[in-house]
Amino acid sequence: MKEKIITKNLNLWYGAFHALKNVNSNFSANRITAIIGPSGCGKSTLLRVFNRMNDLIEGVRMEGEVLTDGINILEARADLVVLRKKIGMVFQRPNPFPLSIYENIVFGAKIHADNIKKDRLDEIVETSLKSVLLWDELKDKLKKPALRLSLEQKQRLCIARLIAVTPDVLLMDEPCSTLDPQATARVEELMRELKSKYTIIIVTHNMQQAARVSDDTGFMLLGELIEFGETDKIFTAPKDKRTEDYITGRYG
Amino acid sequence: MQKIKEFIIEKFIFICGIASIFFVVLIFLFLLKEGLAVFKFVKPLEFLLGKNWYPISEPAQLGILPLVLGSLLVTLGAAVISIPIGVGCAIYIAEIAPLKIKETLKAGIELLAAIPSVVLGFIGMVTLVPLVKNIFHLPTGLTALSGSIMLAFMAMPTIVSIAEDALYSVPKNYKEGAFALGATHWQTIWRVMLPAASSGILAAVMLGIGRVIGETMAVMMITGNAAIMPNSILSPVRTLTATIAAEMGEAVVGSEHYFALFAIGIVLFVISFIINVTADLFLHKDQK
Repeated sequence: MKEKIITKNLNLWYGAFHALKNVNSNFSANRITAIIGPSGCGKSTLLRVFNRMNDLIEGVRMEGEVLTDGINILEARADLVVLRKKIGMVFQRPNPFPLSIYENIVFGAKIHADNIKKDRLDEIVETSLKSVLLWDELKDKLKKPALRLSLEQKQRLCIARLIAVTPDVLLMDEPCSTLDPQATARVEELMRELKSKYTIIIVTHNMQQAARVSDDTGFMLLGELIEFGETDKIFTAPKDKRTEDYITGRYG
Repeated sequence: MQKIKEFIIEKFIFICGIASIFFVVLIFLFLLKEGLAVFKFVKPLEFLLGKNWYPISEPAQLGILPLVLGSLLVTLGAAVISIPIGVGCAIYIAEIAPLKIKETLKAGIELLAAIPSVVLGFIGMVTLVPLVKNIFHLPTGLTALSGSIMLAFMAMPTIVSIAEDALYSVPKNYKEGAFALGATHWQTIWRVMLPAASSGILAAVMLGIGRVIGETMAVMMITGNAAIMPNSILSPVRTLTATIAAEMGEAVVGSEHYFALFAIGIVLFVISFIINVTADLFLHKDQK
C-alpha cells in the first residue's frame, strides 16, 4: 500500500490548549480512512492540519512533521495554494458559493489558471458533475443559483467543485451530518466510487458510517490517536480498552 | 384601575406610532400644495429643462436645469471619489486589517461622520478651495470639484460602515470553501466575498449618494453658488439644496419665486425617495 499522508510526532496547540498530542499515522492512497472519536477529541483539527485550514484561526501553533509525497507541509515555506489544490476539503455544512452551479464548478479552474477556453470549462463541468452523479439532474439548470439546490445536491456539488481542481486527496469533515439517511447512503456510495482515484479521509461521529464506508480507521480521544488500523480489526478486535469502550457505546 | 391605565398607555403608544407617518404625510401635502402652484406661472417642461434661473428678474425665468446639473455633477464627482475609496476601506477593515488597526479605523470613520457639515465646508473653504485654484490655474477654486471632494468625505462613513457590515455578514464557510480550493486571499475577496455581499454594498453606495444629494451647507460654501449651466467639473455650480437655502429667506411669500423653491423641494424629495427605495430593495434582496 502506498502511503499518501504521514504524520510524525504531530502536536498542535490553540493558544495554551494542547489539541493534538504526538499523533503518528499513515494514510494510504486509494483507500478510505475514517477518523472517529467523541466530540472535541481533535479529529476535525487533525483533518484541518492536512490542508492547513487551521491557519485561519489565530493563535495556532504546530510541531512535528506532516509528509505528503515527501514534502513537509508544516514548513513555513510550504505553498498553501499548491497544497490546497492537491488536498481538497468537503465541509460539514455544504457551502456552495452564492453563484450559479456552473460558476461554482469552474471556480477552482479559474483561480488556478487564466484564460481557460469556454469549451474546456464546459468539459470540466460535465466530467465533474458526472463523477458525482449530478449531470443528468442538473445539465439543463447550470445557470441556476447553486443555493437553490437540495442539501444533498449542494454537498455533491461541493464534491464536484473539488474534483474539478483534480486533487489527490479528499478530506471530508462529517460530510453527511446534515443529510437524511437516504442521501447519506448515496453519498457513501459515491465515496466508494471515488476511492479508485483519490485518497479519502473522512471525519465522522457516526461509527456505523465509519464501519460501512472505510478501509482503515483511526480512533482519537482527547487529542491522542489511540488506535489506527484496518477497519475490520478495529471494530472486531480492538487492541486498546478505550477503543473498545467507545465502539461498544460506553461513552461518546 | 389597572385596565384604564393599560388602555391609556396603549392609546398613547398608538399615537406615537402613527405620528411619524402623519407628519410625513402633512409635510408632503404642504410641499405639493406650495410647489405645484408654480405651474400656474411656468410649464412643467420649461421648469425642469429651462436653462435660465433668474427668479427675480422681470419676467422671472424659472428653469432649474442648471441647478439639477449642478447637483448631479457634484454628486457624480463625489460618487466617483467616495465609492472606490469607501468600498476599499470596507474591504480592508472587514478582511485584511489586524484587530488593533481595525478598531482604530472604525473609530476614525465614526468620528468622520460626527463632523458637522458646516465645519467640513469651512475647512474645505480655507484649504481645498485655494488648492484647487492653484492646481488647475482657475480664476476661482469655488468649483463643483471642490464640492465633490468635500462631499466624498461625508459619503464615506455611510459607505464604509454599511459595506463593512455587508462583508462581515458573509457566511464564514464561503471563505473557508474558497481557501480550501486553493484560492488566495484576494481571489477569495474578489470572487466570493464581494459577489456575496454585493447587494449590501450597493445599498451602502445608494445611501452614501443619498447623503450627498441632500447635503446643503458644505456645498453652499464651496461650490461657488453660481446658478449657471456648468460646462465642466471645474466650473462653479449651484445645487438644488443650496438654492433653496440661499433664496428662501428673500423670496416673497406667495410669489412665483417662492412657489418655485417649493417645487425644487419636490424634485429633491423625489430624487431622495428613489434613492432610498432602491437602497431598500437591495437590502431587502439580501435578506431573502
